[in-house]
Amino acid sequence: MYLEVKGRVIKDGYVEGEALKTREPISFFGGVDPETGFVIEKGHEIEGETISGKILVFPYGKGSTVGSYILYRLKKNNRAPIGIINQYCEPIVAVGAIISNIPTVDKIDIALIETGDYIEIKRETVIIRKPER
Amino acid sequence: MYLTREEEKMLKGEMGYAKQVAMEILLALGEIYGAEKMVLIKSAQISGVSYMNLGEAGVEWLEELSTDGKVEVYTTLNPAGMDIERWREMSISREFAEKQIRITNAYTKMGIHLTLTCTPYLAGNKPSLGDHIAWAESSAVVYANSVIGARTNREGGPSALASALTGRTPYYGLHITENRAYSLRINVPNLRDEYDFALLGYISGKLCKGRIPMFSRVESANQVELKALGAALASTGGIAMFHVEGLTPEYMLPPQDRVEEIDIEEGDLKNAAEELNDNVEPDLIFIGCPHASLEELIMVMQRLRDRIVKKEMWICVSRSIKGLAEELGIYQKLERLGVKIVCDTCPIVAPISSLGVKSIATNSAKGVWYSRNLNKVKVKIARLTDLIEEAVR
Repeated sequence: MYLEVKGRVIKDGYVEGEALKTREPISFFGGVDPETGFVIEKGHEIEGETISGKILVFPYGKGSTVGSYILYRLKKNNRAPIGIINQYCEPIVAVGAIISNIPTVDKIDIALIETGDYIEIKRETVIIRKPER
Repeated sequence: MYLTREEEKMLKGEMGYAKQVAMEILLALGEIYGAEKMVLIKSAQISGVSYMNLGEAGVEWLEELSTDGKVEVYTTLNPAGMDIERWREMSISREFAEKQIRITNAYTKMGIHLTLTCTPYLAGNKPSLGDHIAWAESSAVVYANSVIGARTNREGGPSALASALTGRTPYYGLHITENRAYSLRINVPNLRDEYDFALLGYISGKLCKGRIPMFSRVESANQVELKALGAALASTGGIAMFHVEGLTPEYMLPPQDRVEEIDIEEGDLKNAAEELNDNVEPDLIFIGCPHASLEELIMVMQRLRDRIVKKEMWICVSRSIKGLAEELGIYQKLERLGVKIVCDTCPIVAPISSLGVKSIATNSAKGVWYSRNLNKVKVKIARLTDLIEEAVR
């Protein structure tokens, strides 16, 4: 299955890879380990999973504004997601994506995407390929 | 979003790398929030100073920006992870200190003043009524908007720095008069001192749900009390502005269309105090969250009545308040009685758990809130008088 949707560019770029999706907001500060890229927030839907190398799909960011710097630390440690798709990108994630150069699009209906889908981000366009079942 | 010719030049990189990155950040924020233009600012206050939060990557980012970045407006800095001069006495490791100094050096290179305080308005960065500013540090944001009547959104470290480097911020949110009106009226009980105001802020923050509150029936409030109220509000509610009827500069702004009314009673303050108490014997008693004013140093001195402090006790202040206290002999007197006057930092942003501190007592609701949630230490909230009695016991 192939789907093509358009959103709004937060950080311009081209990238493709596997989706990791959560329906819960993410706090990068305190919620993700900047050294390892694992989600460490207790009770989070994707606690214990790594966001490294994934196209990270989540509704929006939450928590302290230090979160922007955590995204940047992840990038420098080669543990960052390669792309971000949000329902609504708030300032913490937006600023983090810009300073870390992570292609980011928002205003996408994230219900269309599941973990494991193959995603392409081309500027404002998001192409979703569902794996063969 | 409309950009002037100069702003376009910054965005294209014609005015250097740092201004280009900065303009990219501001443009993205402006687009997200539907700003129609940028507005010129009078001053900036930047957070993201402690090495504990920035890490190695943050240090490198700041150093990269500092290669050609210079601020366009008067810019001051939040607290760091240590007292820049007395870090050895705080048992901070040399490695941490070296990283911390790289951070402050990068900021200095960009033309930013090392005030290292969360109370810039007590340290020379004091805007006027109606000024547009771009401030990070939630307690300073709420003080500037509410008590001074200057205009800022709740900026984060990178966006405040971006504004400092360009002299601009996107025109949205609290920069626009209509958005500064209240939509929640909170009737308050009798409030005795800054401790009661802090508890009021702690409770109200949770009730605000993003709305600007108007506090009603407040008989009087001084600067220390309003500072404590705002800091707690910002901690539990992410609130950027409040009004106090008859007291704060913009309380006469007509309210939003729908106003909810809530009563807070004396019993609520008591319950809040219990909630903020782990019933522990504190390793560290600290005052100055946000950083103490000269008035607060004098309050401590008067209540100590020449008795020697027997527990570890810190008062955290900005370097400028320390200077003032030194000239007046207050600093020397407090240190002689065993109180440590700590500059540039506080137990929230310093690596206190590695200093062996497992529990703290303070009169600040903000201090308790972050110590518990961020630094995972046990906490106790108490009135200043009670803290001092505990310290001399």
